[in-house]
Amino acid sequence: MSEPIGPARIIATPAAREAIRLLRAAGGGPVMFVQSGGCCAGSTPMCFPVGEFLIGDIDILLGEIDGCPFYIDKRLDQAWHQDQFLLDVALGEPEDFSLPAGESLHFVTRSPSCVSPDAPGENALTPPE
Amino acid sequence: MKYVPPGLPGSIVSVEPRYENFIGGKWLAPTHGKYRVDLAPATAGPITEVADSTPEDVELALDAAHAAKDAWGEASTTERAKVLNAIADAIEKNQDMLAVAESWENGKPVRETLAADIPLMVDHFRYFAAAARAEENRSTEIEKDLVAYHFREPLGVVGQIIPFNFPLLMAAWKLAPALAAGNCSVIKPASPTPWSILKLMETIEDVLPHGVINVVTGPGAEIGKALAANPRIAKVSFTGETVTGRLIMQYAAQNLIPSTVELGGKSPNIFFNDVMAHDDEFLDKAIEGLVLYAFNKGEVCTCPSRALIQADIYDEFMARCLARIASIRQGNPLDTDTQVGPQVSAQQIEKIASYVDIGRNEGAEVLIGGQRARVDGAEFADGYYYQPTVLKGDNKMRVFQEEIFGPVLAVTTFTDDADALAIANDTLYGLGAGVWTRDGTRAYKMGRGIKAGRVWTNCYHQYPAGAAFGGYKISGIGRENHLMMLDHYSQTKNLLVSYSTKPLGLF
Repeated sequence: MSEPIGPARIIATPAAREAIRLLRAAGGGPVMFVQSGGCCAGSTPMCFPVGEFLIGDIDILLGEIDGCPFYIDKRLDQAWHQDQFLLDVALGEPEDFSLPAGESLHFVTRSPSCVSPDAPGENALTPPE
Repeated sequence: MKYVPPGLPGSIVSVEPRYENFIGGKWLAPTHGKYRVDLAPATAGPITEVADSTPEDVELALDAAHAAKDAWGEASTTERAKVLNAIADAIEKNQDMLAVAESWENGKPVRETLAADIPLMVDHFRYFAAAARAEENRSTEIEKDLVAYHFREPLGVVGQIIPFNFPLLMAAWKLAPALAAGNCSVIKPASPTPWSILKLMETIEDVLPHGVINVVTGPGAEIGKALAANPRIAKVSFTGETVTGRLIMQYAAQNLIPSTVELGGKSPNIFFNDVMAHDDEFLDKAIEGLVLYAFNKGEVCTCPSRALIQADIYDEFMARCLARIASIRQGNPLDTDTQVGPQVSAQQIEKIASYVDIGRNEGAEVLIGGQRARVDGAEFADGYYYQPTVLKGDNKMRVFQEEIFGPVLAVTTFTDDADALAIANDTLYGLGAGVWTRDGTRAYKMGRGIKAGRVWTNCYHQYPAGAAFGGYKISGIGRENHLMMLDHYSQTKNLLVSYSTKPLGLF
């Protein structure tokens, strides 16, 4: 796995950071995110207790949000050619094995350039600390 | 014809206020007594409640499966086939009821569940009943007095995790071969679609030996790992996205058990110029073949979501296809005239909308659709409907590279066979593909050249039990369907037997 280079490639909305804070409090430790692809819940980030998912040489660390690492498969990253990912939360339970982002909420990644200015306030950007 | 929604007066589908797990032939309340609401995507309203299970419930299901596995594994293939055929008969007898339940919970139009999902389930159980009986073990005369006998033995108890897009058919794909090979199953349906498989269990519980199939519902984060990482399963199979697929393989590696993962695709559907050589039934079939991207509202791992059209027919062929797409009827999934129903969940429609935005930002041209659909009927005002959409662009765009899992087609052109093949293979995935041409040689060469597990040739979206299905590249590992599945759900036992009395003479 490689270290992030240059400006942060992962940023988060206040709602996502609040969800992470609550997960940390409930689980007693940080979580990790892995961007998914493919079928069904593909394209959403999967959230696990940190260390649950085995990171390999194929994975890139995009950055950390409040101490929680965010990874993407190098091949997906190349195919998507997206400079920056915005971690947010959206309505609905998560699918597959991902932890929820709170009651009836799941994590999503958005392209910051696609975030509509009239979207709910949770889309206000916050850089990671 | 319009079916009445499940649970309403006059519906052919009865609905209990809540459903428990099906374990050991009984309906067992979840250990912690928690339930979650199951929604109908057409109305966003509740259907019922299902168990919100915890790892304790997975253990109970594994207890029941282990208690059943010896008797089931030792049953003759004749006896097992009888049960599989009885399952098929029970499903067939309740075909309309299951079709309506499946449509209402998933959103897929009932014309599809009546014509495809449920009849295919029936056929899968009958196919594997027949396959198990017809299968012969093999023996080899290694030397005159030394014989190698090979027997298939069941793995034992398998863990199976199914997706939301074909809740019943994917259950049949996984259960039929597992049971035929003598295994017992603990199966977890997807979080958005836990109910129709419980209706299936109501339908077949009287013909099923206790503990052979055990269904546990609940969130994947809570019970997915409890099942997939459990040292008491002998194989795990999963259909879903790539990260959970890797996690499943990671757990399987830690337990040293086999796994099968089917993880989606971005399937090319290639139309050569000779499809327009005549204006005939075949051209009509090819046009329908392109529009099949909207089958099951695009929520199909093999959705033909990239159309590659030879440049010299693009304008005329696409015009015919767009006219067909414009005539698609969206609405009540329980109306047999409806062709496209709602997406399965709020999550999915949000994802689709965000991908169309990404496509627009990348410069893709929206040829049709491109927004949420409003359909007739006040009760469907909150349903998750999205217009069948076509985006024209370039294969390097993200909407050509990532699975949108909705009725969104990315279309581009190619010049010649080599160009078509290069674009088709320029993807991380390799699950399905389609080739449309009147030239048999070209069809064969393209089919062999495309790096995908299934190349539909002059057809698409057919899923017979006797054709192997599975992915190349990151679309997954392993296959489903076809009698080779008996292998995938068995151990091989070799007895190496000497009929000679002579010592080796070494000691």
